[in-house]
Amino acid sequence: MNGQTPISIRNLSVFYGDLQVLKDVSLDIPANRITVIIGPSGCGKTTLLKSLNRLLDDTEGVRIRGQVVLDGEDIYAPRTEVTRIRKKMGLLSQRPQVLPMSIYENVAYGPRIHGLRARRDLDRRVEHYLQVAGLWDEVKDRLREPASVLSVGQQQRLCLARGLAVEPEIILGDEPTSALDPQSSQNVERRLAELKRDYTVVVVTHILRQARRVADYLAFLYLGELVEHGPAADVFAAPRDPRTRAYLTGEIS
Amino acid sequence: MNGPADLRLGRRKRADLFFRVLAAASAALVLLSLLLILGTILWKSIPALSFSMLTKTPQGGFYLGKEGGILNAIAGSLYLAVGATALAFLLSLPLALYLNLYKGKGSKTAAWTRFFLDVLWGVPSIVYGAFGFIIMLALGLRASLLAGILTVALLEFPILCRAIDEVMRLVPRELKEASDSLGATRFETAFKVFVRQTAPGILTGVLLAFGRGIGDAASVLFTAGFTDRVPTSLADPAATLPLAIFFQLGTPFPEVQQRAYASAAVLTLIILLISLAGRAMSRKATRHVVK
Repeated sequence: MNGQTPISIRNLSVFYGDLQVLKDVSLDIPANRITVIIGPSGCGKTTLLKSLNRLLDDTEGVRIRGQVVLDGEDIYAPRTEVTRIRKKMGLLSQRPQVLPMSIYENVAYGPRIHGLRARRDLDRRVEHYLQVAGLWDEVKDRLREPASVLSVGQQQRLCLARGLAVEPEIILGDEPTSALDPQSSQNVERRLAELKRDYTVVVVTHILRQARRVADYLAFLYLGELVEHGPAADVFAAPRDPRTRAYLTGEIS
Repeated sequence: MNGPADLRLGRRKRADLFFRVLAAASAALVLLSLLLILGTILWKSIPALSFSMLTKTPQGGFYLGKEGGILNAIAGSLYLAVGATALAFLLSLPLALYLNLYKGKGSKTAAWTRFFLDVLWGVPSIVYGAFGFIIMLALGLRASLLAGILTVALLEFPILCRAIDEVMRLVPRELKEASDSLGATRFETAFKVFVRQTAPGILTGVLLAFGRGIGDAASVLFTAGFTDRVPTSLADPAATLPLAIFFQLGTPFPEVQQRAYASAAVLTLIILLISLAGRAMSRKATRHVVK
């Protein structure tokens, strides 16, 4: 898989009404790497992430121009089935959002709607992905309890297991640690680092130190514009654009 | 000690105290009214309350203070309110889901629909009764359980729909996104996530609508009619407790008037039982709700 680009963003512009939030963004996301999108708040990071699995579709007054090509298919083409696109990506949101059902059902929800019915298969899938998310040992004795009894950090790992259980190719993280305590954050970061062996990971963050810790590939978004992108080590060591340099040194934030 | 700041503090404390007393007095007044109503009804109905009142239909001379009970009205009211609430629910749930999942926050259609529902909520029930009556005549129907159910369902629909709608509007957008991002269709998100998340609120709405339906006299006056028998089919006319109270209170005989209070006590008891059952169910439904 290495060297391939599972997601290719081509000349993507997004408007909310008259406001242009993304300006002609083009970016190839490398496979089996953690791509981190950095930039100040309100610069279109979340919009860019949500445009990758068409979560912007239901937003009022949104217009999208350009292409997002996933495995050779334009996801905004009229005939593209949106549920199939979304099944290929697991999403971690800023605040973990568990579903109003039990811990078990949260993980089983995705596989179930995609047609997995047999009890034993479901059990196996739930256990497997709870283990991958590093939550199994903490919840194995209380799978029937409501997911809302878990701590916020546990909930975020449950969301990770839930997203992985539909067996996606890509994991999207929208500031996935911003609501978590330092230990839980570290836990989630460690999971993401492990997961890049099997998945392509795209994470949005405004925490520079987090970007330094996890990024293989870095993209800097400023006021809707993709200012600079490249291998993380290169961008951190020698940013080419003055704006990137200003952001990395903390002059703008 | 007596600087302007102290004076102001004194005034603020007095205002605070004033509102505390006012709030406590309002609460006491509400409780007192409830107790007074319940007390009066029970006290007045004691002479007429008996087992046969609940288990027998009116017999010969019931309206002169002789044999029989109000089983006809108890059964009629329950049939009518259960039927109407079920029907109103079948209309309300899909519409509320449509407004919240298929229409965006800024949708004009949704805003107008909500406005019309609010107007319908405010329409007096006698107007629904008159409307139902006209439709009945146009279709050549007699006053019947079916006509009553349809009219009361119409009366309950805006209440139930808006109650469900309001709790669904509180569902965080992120919850919808969480379900969407797993590749769920809107239909799956609606019935597997939204309905579960709002189950306690939906239940409250159902109770509200049921209470309104079973207690309404004006909408069933012309549409369900009145009869001394327990209805055995949808085409039969049906007696109702509110109308039983109305007719019994209207007679000159004190014994029959007491029966009106007994009917009122039974009606109140039914609503009380339904509320308690609803609360118990609601507590169960709250288990999985995500805060």
